[in-house]
Amino acid sequence: MLRRTLLLGLCRGPLGRGLGTHRGGSILGKVEGRGGYRGSWMAPSSSSVTFRTQDPAHDVKTVGRLGGGDRDGKMSEIKKKIQSILPGGDWNPLYDTSYLPPESSDVVIVGGGVLGLSVAYWLKKLEKPRGAIRVLVVERDHTYSRASTVLSVGGIRQQFSVPENVQLSLFSIDFLRNINEYLAVADDPPLDIQFNPSGYLLLASEKGAAIMENNVKVQRQEGAKVCLMSPEQLRNKFPWINTEGVALASYGMEHEGWFDPWCLLQGLRRKVQSMGVLFCRGEVTRFVSSSNLMKTASGEEVNVKRIHEVHVKIDQSLEYQPVECAIVINAAGAWSGQVAELAGIGKGPPGTLQGTKLPVELRKRYVYLWHCPQGPGLETPFVIDPSGTYFRREGLGHNYLGGCSPTEEEEPDPGNLEVDHDFFQDRVWPPLAQRVPAFETLKVRSAWAGYYDYNTFDQNGVVGPHPLVINMYFATGFSGHGLQQAPAVGRAVAEMVLEGHFQTINLSSFLFSRFYSGEKVQEHNII
Amino acid sequence: MAAPKASLHLVAPVWNGGTRGIGGLSRVVAPEGNQKKGRSLLQFLADCFYDVEALRDHLLRKQVSKVHQKNRFQGREWIRPNQRGHFSLDFLKLQAVPVEAVDASGCAINYQGLDSLLALKELQSLWLQRCPHVDDWCLSRLHPLASSLQELSLAGCPRVSERGLACLHHLWNLRRLDISDLPAVSSPGLTRILVEEMLPSCEVLGADWAQGLKLGPEEQPRDTAGPTPA
Ligand SMILES: Cc1cc2nc3c(=O)[nH]c(=O)nc-3n(C[C@H](O)[C@H](O)[C@H](O)COP(=O)(O)OP(=O)(O)OC[C@H]3O[C@@H](n4cnc5c(N)ncnc54)[C@H](O)[C@@H]3O)c2cc1C
Repeated sequence: MLRRTLLLGLCRGPLGRGLGTHRGGSILGKVEGRGGYRGSWMAPSSSSVTFRTQDPAHDVKTVGRLGGGDRDGKMSEIKKKIQSILPGGDWNPLYDTSYLPPESSDVVIVGGGVLGLSVAYWLKKLEKPRGAIRVLVVERDHTYSRASTVLSVGGIRQQFSVPENVQLSLFSIDFLRNINEYLAVADDPPLDIQFNPSGYLLLASEKGAAIMENNVKVQRQEGAKVCLMSPEQLRNKFPWINTEGVALASYGMEHEGWFDPWCLLQGLRRKVQSMGVLFCRGEVTRFVSSSNLMKTASGEEVNVKRIHEVHVKIDQSLEYQPVECAIVINAAGAWSGQVAELAGIGKGPPGTLQGTKLPVELRKRYVYLWHCPQGPGLETPFVIDPSGTYFRREGLGHNYLGGCSPTEEEEPDPGNLEVDHDFFQDRVWPPLAQRVPAFETLKVRSAWAGYYDYNTFDQNGVVGPHPLVINMYFATGFSGHGLQQAPAVGRAVAEMVLEGHFQTINLSSFLFSRFYSGEKVQEHNII
Repeated sequence: MAAPKASLHLVAPVWNGGTRGIGGLSRVVAPEGNQKKGRSLLQFLADCFYDVEALRDHLLRKQVSKVHQKNRFQGREWIRPNQRGHFSLDFLKLQAVPVEAVDASGCAINYQGLDSLLALKELQSLWLQRCPHVDDWCLSRLHPLASSLQELSLAGCPRVSERGLACLHHLWNLRRLDISDLPAVSSPGLTRILVEEMLPSCEVLGADWAQGLKLGPEEQPRDTAGPTPA
């Protein structure tokens, strides 16, 4: 009913709109591309074109009837004809360029996962004045079928040992809590991020206990609400845990748990679109850059590069479009090492800054979902065993999901996303059943695999500009905790781009230059 | 509202009715004077602007924390404003007495606003029925009350889901928990069973409570009453 009223109201507007000028045509194209956004057709500004996508013939007719009285049948036919001849009419692929990226954009973001979108969001949010910079997000797969963001398990914790990681995560949890203030879009329904505030429970063996105590000290200093528990306390609180081999546990009382990554991704997407960020479906295949030979203070010659153009290969075609740009953000997740290589990063004599690669690789990780009627109850936190095996509750039906990282020697071939079920039998289940005896009987219901954006150097994020390719900025390499850091990292990168330095959280230790200087940002694992 | 059991006592319908409650509070802690004007202006603005709500919230917090620092009581009747929204001056005499129960039903308390409650180390009963801003994030903050809190009602809170209820296992002292009528809980029956399993020594009131099956006479009005502002 509402829809009908809306329709009538809008159709009474200028008839010309229904005819579809070139502009109208391209809007139509975009609305179609955005398909699946609940409520978008209700937005008054776009509904006059949006409803047409559902049944063009019928709606054109409606327009005709309202505007032209009895002759509506003929009118609409004539209109249809005119429409199809006008440039931008949807029948003529020669004129429809809406799927192409613009010829230029101030910032091009490679990768439309959670990190790329977060950078886009903060660039638009912090830009002064509003509308000052044009931002284009290039994403090759709009179904996100292989993107880490949607294949992750959605966890957020502050239990890190590097203070920056704790700060990033605290910023992000605040962002998630206020997500409907940050990502509100007029007329769209509020987001339900489905945060489960159930906490992380990390278990340490005797060997790891001292490190754990130190880590918790750091976490508390940064404002995290983490407490230490003895095996005795652990047994009282979670009687289903077998505390054999556990010397100490740390447990996040607040700000930790898991949420719906898809909701965050879609919320960001919807918001940045409303802020004027352009999206393009295509793959970045090449950078055109110029270089300058320069001398460092110590007399060393270095080749300083600047990217001028990004070549975007259009989805399912041989066409490509050059996009002129001032700044490129490398947020290509697990593929960001490859994107860096396209810009010539790492192509130089070994041992030099120029020869230093972005050490981010694809690493395949399995997640298994199992059912266990006798398993732990509603209180179950996100548990990480000293063996590295983890699990958490999934929903209310005694389902759980979890997995563990393989050793360096066991690393599976990342060529595809097939699941190795033996890995569960051999590597995941034994430690799991030892820790939670109820899991001795369980039934694996499903499983999937995803890629870690794995930083082989120190498993931590890479943020900020490249020292030699001076207009490429990174937001990648978070190796298994990139989802939760994304809201904060996007802001840090935007600050770097707009202000030239970090403002909210100092991420200087996450700069690329550490790969050359050798200074690792290492998490002290308790395993 | 019927008086609860004789041993429980305390501050609170203070907040019932939102702004009016604040007016009442400020009357106690601040000198008489231009408050009447101030209050009605604030109330008017709050009806119109969102930001004023934030301000109001802030004021509420300030006032409440002042009261908490100054006035503690135990073993007395409920303290609540009279029909005109005023508190009796007796209120001031109750110093150094810890707060044992708070009825914040229908109050606009939110995540930040909980700060003032969390400071109440001897709080045994907390009623948060139909609080529009109490959500899962709020429930995750209640753990500091674990050692004292015995009774909690979340009935009718529109934003509380099973995800927030899951972290109530921190409240190991809980004897009575009301989770009836929570529209955001996806499967109320199952959730209630799981909550019962999680808190074995706690009586959990679910949907049937609202239908009057287990209703005790004293509890009856709690849901609907609370001094409505004149
Ligand atoms: C099994 C698993 C569990 C995880 N669990 C957690 C967790 O609990 N908590 C947490 O915080 N993190 C977790 N992570 C890590 C987290 O998912 C990632 O760190 C994060 O999603 C990275 O985001 P991204 O945007 O960089 O990557 P992605 O989401 O992968 O996005 C990158 C995008 O770039 C696109 N792209 C790549 N190359 C190009 C190109 N040349 N041109 C155009 N587009 C390109 C890709 O199509 C892709 O969509 C987990 C990861 C996995 C695999």
